[in-house]
Amino acid sequence: MNHNVYIYILVMAGVTYLVRMLPLVLSRKEIRNRYIRSFLFYVPYTCLAAMTFPAILSAPDKGMAAGAAGFIVALIAAYKEKSLVTVALLACAAVFIVERFI
Amino acid sequence: MNNGLKEDRLDIKSRSFRAGLKDGIPIGLGYFAVSFSFGIICVEGGLSIWQAVLISLTNLTSAGQFAGIGVIFAAGSYWEMAMMQLVINLRYSLMSFSLAQKLVQNVSWGHRFVVAFGVTDEIFGVSAAQPGKVHPFYNYGAMCMAIPGWTLGTLVGAVAGSLLPAFILSALKVALYGMFIAIIIPPSKKNRAVLISVVSAMALSCLFTWLPGLKQISSGFVIIIITVAVAGLAAVLAPAEEEVSHES
Repeated sequence: MNHNVYIYILVMAGVTYLVRMLPLVLSRKEIRNRYIRSFLFYVPYTCLAAMTFPAILSAPDKGMAAGAAGFIVALIAAYKEKSLVTVALLACAAVFIVERFI
Repeated sequence: MNNGLKEDRLDIKSRSFRAGLKDGIPIGLGYFAVSFSFGIICVEGGLSIWQAVLISLTNLTSAGQFAGIGVIFAAGSYWEMAMMQLVINLRYSLMSFSLAQKLVQNVSWGHRFVVAFGVTDEIFGVSAAQPGKVHPFYNYGAMCMAIPGWTLGTLVGAVAGSLLPAFILSALKVALYGMFIAIIIPPSKKNRAVLISVVSAMALSCLFTWLPGLKQISSGFVIIIITVAVAGLAAVLAPAEEEVSHES
């Protein structure tokens, strides 16, 4: 069976867009339910936390030490409430230093 | 009086847009690094440069695209492609649902259609971190950094995979995670329930990554399971009141 790359791309983009668009367009009324509101309040933190750790450990090319350094430096910088840019760049710098010099 | 109101509205638009642009900088940088490697893999697998760029421009998602070219290279069915994208990207539904509550009131359909295109982990992350309600122009600002970063990274990777030295790319790969951490840590300091949710989510994520049996589950699905389980439990055990009921 011969597949067309552009149809693949259309299916990918179409499904991905629908998944993003339908909840935004359909849920126009403010949700009053306390449980649902609480659930949605916690969603970003749990979602981002699950995606970050342990994935950050294996993100750099070599070993887990560099990733761990990036993680710890980012934790400290974030704890001190540095801006998003600063925390991101400090994490990169930590990985760079560990990979190059240690 | 009417004029003043109009100026206020313009002011909010441009302030939101500029704030979005600024928060979009690390997103664009991180995307550039990740999509750079995506471009390389696409061309290595036999896609054209244009096709690689088209995928990034129309999908704007990392895990879904990486999985998607896997289906293309394996000549899987269109149905398989659709199911895979649905499972991996279903977490965006949760984010869009949450964002629908977070947007300033009376946002028109048109804005919702455009904002929806830019619902990514990172853009959602920064807009969720905004105090109070979010104006669509904040998302547009972030999208103006993220979409070019993602698309151009793919282009540069596809054209010349060897332009950047490996150690620079390697370091850039943690930029996105650093940004996630900057989003989740400050609220964890102030709210014990958020802290416990964050630590639980990370611990579960470790289990799914390392435990035999569990690690066969696709990463997109793992995120869905953990998010629903931990946020659901947190909502039952510690219903958030003051944090979610913003003055409207």
